[in-house]
Amino acid sequence: MTAHRLPKAGRLTPAREVRFSFDGKAMTGLDGDTLASALLANDVHLVGRSFKYHRPRGILSAGSEEPNALVGIRRDAARQTPNVRATVQEIYDGLEAVSQNRWPSLSFDTGAVNDLAAPFFSAGFYYKTFMWPKLAWKRLYEPNIRAAAGLGAAPDEPDPDLYASRYAHCDVLIAGGGAAGIAAAVGAAEAGASVILADEQSEIGGALRFEAGASIDGQDGWSWARAQMAKLSAMPNVRVLTRCTVFGYHAQNMVVLAERLTDHLANPAPEMSRERLWQVRAKHVILATGAIERHMVFPGNDRPGVMLASAARSYLNHFGVAVGKRVGIYTANDSAYYAALDLKRAGQKVQAVVDLREDPKSAIVEEARAAGIEVLTGHGVVATNGRLRVSGMIARPRDGGRERSFSVDALLTSAGWTPSVHLFSQSRGKLAFDAGRQIFLPGENAQECASIGACSGMEDLAAVLDAGYAAGEQAARKVGGSASSTMRKVQSESWSGGMVGAGPGAGADDTSRAFVDFQNDVTAKDIRQAVREGMRSIEHVKRFTTNGMATDQGKTSNLHGLAIAAEALDKPIPEVGLTTFRQPFTPVTFGALVGHNRGALFDVTRRTPMHQWAENHGAVFEDVGNWKRAWYFPRAGEDKHAAVARECRTVRAAAGVFDASTLGKIEVVGPDAAAFLELMYTNPWQKLGVGRCRYGLMLREDGFIYDDGVIGRIADGRFHVTTTTGGAPRVLQHMEDYLQTEFPHLNVWLTSASEQWAVIAVQGPKAREIIAPLVEGCDISDEAMPHMSVRECRVGGAPARLFRMSFTGERGFEINVPADYGPAVMEMVWAQAQNHGACMYGTETMHVLRAEKGYIIVGQETDGTVTPNDCGLDWAIGKKKADFVGIRGLKRPDLVGGGRKQLVGLLTKNQKHSLDEGAQIVADPQQPKPMTMLGHVTSAYWSPTLGRSFALALIADGRARLGETLFVPMPGGKAIEVDVTGTVFYDESGEKLHG
Amino acid sequence: MLLIRCPYCEEDRPELEFRHAGQAHIARPANMAEISDEEFEEYFFIRQNPKGLYFERWRHIHGCARFFNAARDTVSDKFVKTYKAGEKKPSVAKPKAPPAKRAAAQPASAKAAPKKAAPTKAAAKPARKAPAKRASTGGTKTRRGANKP
Repeated sequence: MTAHRLPKAGRLTPAREVRFSFDGKAMTGLDGDTLASALLANDVHLVGRSFKYHRPRGILSAGSEEPNALVGIRRDAARQTPNVRATVQEIYDGLEAVSQNRWPSLSFDTGAVNDLAAPFFSAGFYYKTFMWPKLAWKRLYEPNIRAAAGLGAAPDEPDPDLYASRYAHCDVLIAGGGAAGIAAAVGAAEAGASVILADEQSEIGGALRFEAGASIDGQDGWSWARAQMAKLSAMPNVRVLTRCTVFGYHAQNMVVLAERLTDHLANPAPEMSRERLWQVRAKHVILATGAIERHMVFPGNDRPGVMLASAARSYLNHFGVAVGKRVGIYTANDSAYYAALDLKRAGQKVQAVVDLREDPKSAIVEEARAAGIEVLTGHGVVATNGRLRVSGMIARPRDGGRERSFSVDALLTSAGWTPSVHLFSQSRGKLAFDAGRQIFLPGENAQECASIGACSGMEDLAAVLDAGYAAGEQAARKVGGSASSTMRKVQSESWSGGMVGAGPGAGADDTSRAFVDFQNDVTAKDIRQAVREGMRSIEHVKRFTTNGMATDQGKTSNLHGLAIAAEALDKPIPEVGLTTFRQPFTPVTFGALVGHNRGALFDVTRRTPMHQWAENHGAVFEDVGNWKRAWYFPRAGEDKHAAVARECRTVRAAAGVFDASTLGKIEVVGPDAAAFLELMYTNPWQKLGVGRCRYGLMLREDGFIYDDGVIGRIADGRFHVTTTTGGAPRVLQHMEDYLQTEFPHLNVWLTSASEQWAVIAVQGPKAREIIAPLVEGCDISDEAMPHMSVRECRVGGAPARLFRMSFTGERGFEINVPADYGPAVMEMVWAQAQNHGACMYGTETMHVLRAEKGYIIVGQETDGTVTPNDCGLDWAIGKKKADFVGIRGLKRPDLVGGGRKQLVGLLTKNQKHSLDEGAQIVADPQQPKPMTMLGHVTSAYWSPTLGRSFALALIADGRARLGETLFVPMPGGKAIEVDVTGTVFYDESGEKLHG
Repeated sequence: MLLIRCPYCEEDRPELEFRHAGQAHIARPANMAEISDEEFEEYFFIRQNPKGLYFERWRHIHGCARFFNAARDTVSDKFVKTYKAGEKKPSVAKPKAPPAKRAAAQPASAKAAPKKAAPTKAAAKPARKAPAKRASTGGTKTRRGANKP
């Protein structure tokens, strides 16, 4: 048994010891302890150093609102979690905890010099200092400030844990498992509703954990909670989730929960998920999120040993730990008296209760006096002593007078209770200010929800329980349940009083440091200074002082900060406003949010039917959108350049085989199919013969190029439309949009066929000889099947659509077979191809060959601001057409005026020089900067056929500049000299296409 | 995540199944090739960005694939109505917040607080004029969405 664990107090089992370490020191606690309660049992109050001043800090609370006691928890090299609240972390055998933000050790921290320099580190310090010299911020100030101020360090290895994710629906979701939440769950469940009850603690019970004076139906509060838990767990329509924080409340009652599954286990099984993200759609939400006790704002209120009164009660009544042997109390509220009485009954000395109220009338005050506790009313604590632990408190009458000093080893404070309206506010409900009690309460609901219990300002347990049952039943009735009311006999503690803002000794004229926000080291003085320096809105005060901006999001500090600012501004609190409550309620790991969607599962990977074939032949793949495409096929000893050069030469000399399956394909069918394509593409389609193909150009309504592709007419009312690889989904969306909403009178059916067809391109002078032995049912001679035609036939025994078309400038065929036949047909084609000296080629060679012919790629030569005319594609526009998408856009003044960038070819003066895609082009490289840029390089390659580099570029008035010399300035000051040429570098007459 | 009612499927489905498609009730001029620059600007570029009631298009892209229209309050994100493409723009008042249901401190009086009258000042503005509107096609279409066999 450790020093401060009392033998007969608390609910933990003394026999079940748990070993853990803090900063390397071995300690023992009990099964059920939090790290905080176990440390306190070992008389450890000092657990961390503050963010800015490195002041020694202790444990303030016993819950998730903890601003001070942040530690690192380490399982192994990859599993190190920084900034864990010791008040939330349950201990397990072998737990390793380390303190943060201190060097070399917690009790001797060199960073504490910041505390001496505190007068220079006031609010807004960063904004005013370190401004000059400019470069020093990046190199000197920022790295040093970051090193000195801060929290724990994240592990640098990838997270090895699993994170699960679930969706759920329920009739009633209850956030918070205190008395109100339990009653609501029972009420709703007994009325037949499906219920999810979630609570962040390891057990439901909420404030009954410490409220020793509560009794319900003859049981003490905690036993009642255990009995209700047993009852709820046995009901098939109830799911109770503990260690599960409701952290987000979205529209239409979409509520998000993070359930911690293994953080409390000594040896979690490797297949267990560490956390589970729940996304719950609830018909009704009941918020029973309770209230958070506020600390008193007074000088020296941050010393280790100063803590919330309710926290001391939790440690005593639940964990059996006395937080001190000589305790002082500083309060403005009744609830702290219960702490005084509990500790006194447990045999600890209570030195005095200092009550800021002049004349508290409650019975509990008299009870304390009757128990022999000295009560100083109308007094405030104006100073504390001690360095690494509080050792004394100094009290005086609130309006000045004789000071009295008390020797204490713990100082419990309570300024009253702040309702937890975080989730209500996230639901977009409006808050209402209760001026009498100086708290914000849930006002008008924005969604199907109800707030009950302490979060709605209720104080009396009987009222809380009644409201809980009623809310549960009401919610159940709404979804068709029936009510069954029960009477209860309740005995409860009654609390009243409370204050917001700073107490005596921390007033406007005081220079002392009374902390409002412990985690960000914000004092009452800082907030007043912010107001003095012109901050008027609480949102500005918050950002200037960083009050409430730490990981605890100001759960204990926001209301104090607001009250001090309101006082300084001489305005009522509601007029100063309240900062927005944002998700998450408490910090959530990225792991929980990401779930399984990481690594290989981060995004979809698309592979063509012939992917394995390419892999077997040693292809190097590139990512094109979600696709893996064969980039090039290096032979032994070849690098990319050599492989591509060989592939290019082989295609031009003999032939090449290429997997073109990623092309987007849309089947356009119906009596009005041709009429529909007339509207979607610039080209004319009505007169295109069956069995013929045409290059189609698609614009947006603004006249800019949207997509292109070859379209074949399979039958009168059936077209095989191809799109760019990346464009298929948006082209289909574009077509569907017009078909459904603008041209619904057209009888057309659109079907995505991209993944239904495997496409094998055979390109080159020998293309026909290669496929001839495989083709059945169609004559593929030049006469019978000229360039730009399509036939339905069989290839390699498979039903096929055989296109005669070319993206290389050579005679070419594209064999479309159903996807499942792709690999088999590819093997047959490849067997034939080898007989003719052909090669397989990848996307890089495809790019070089098409650029040599001046064929554009939408998205490379175009960027959403390029017109057909810019690309020299005016020939593709049906001049006689009355309408097509983009017809009006093309006539816009900016599209027909001069000075537009036009597609041209570029040849470097020095054949060996190659250009970079995206490089800017200027007329005079000697001109002063910023230079007038004429355009940019869109495609640049080495051509093995031409034996030199070449490029395509968009240049202002480019077609009028043919023959001009321009320059491409490069980093380092050099400029590459280029000649402007036409866009076709190979077979300008096109005779090779036709065979 | 929002729940959106697809007027074709007649079901509330999660937002993930849908894609937003911009402002609703902007008809493509039937005489497209002849409209003036000003009319084209109005048709193609000018959009509303109201605080409050907004008529917009959605597509149930991972469901029936149909485009439809919705009236949504941009402040509360509440859908007032969803309706089929081609149907007339409904006349809807500004959406009301649900009645206040805050549980009162005393259970004896734990009934609904008095309802606040919903403000009505930001009622639907008349639709902006689109040039040479084509005749409404009036939801006569019967074909099912694409992408579905």
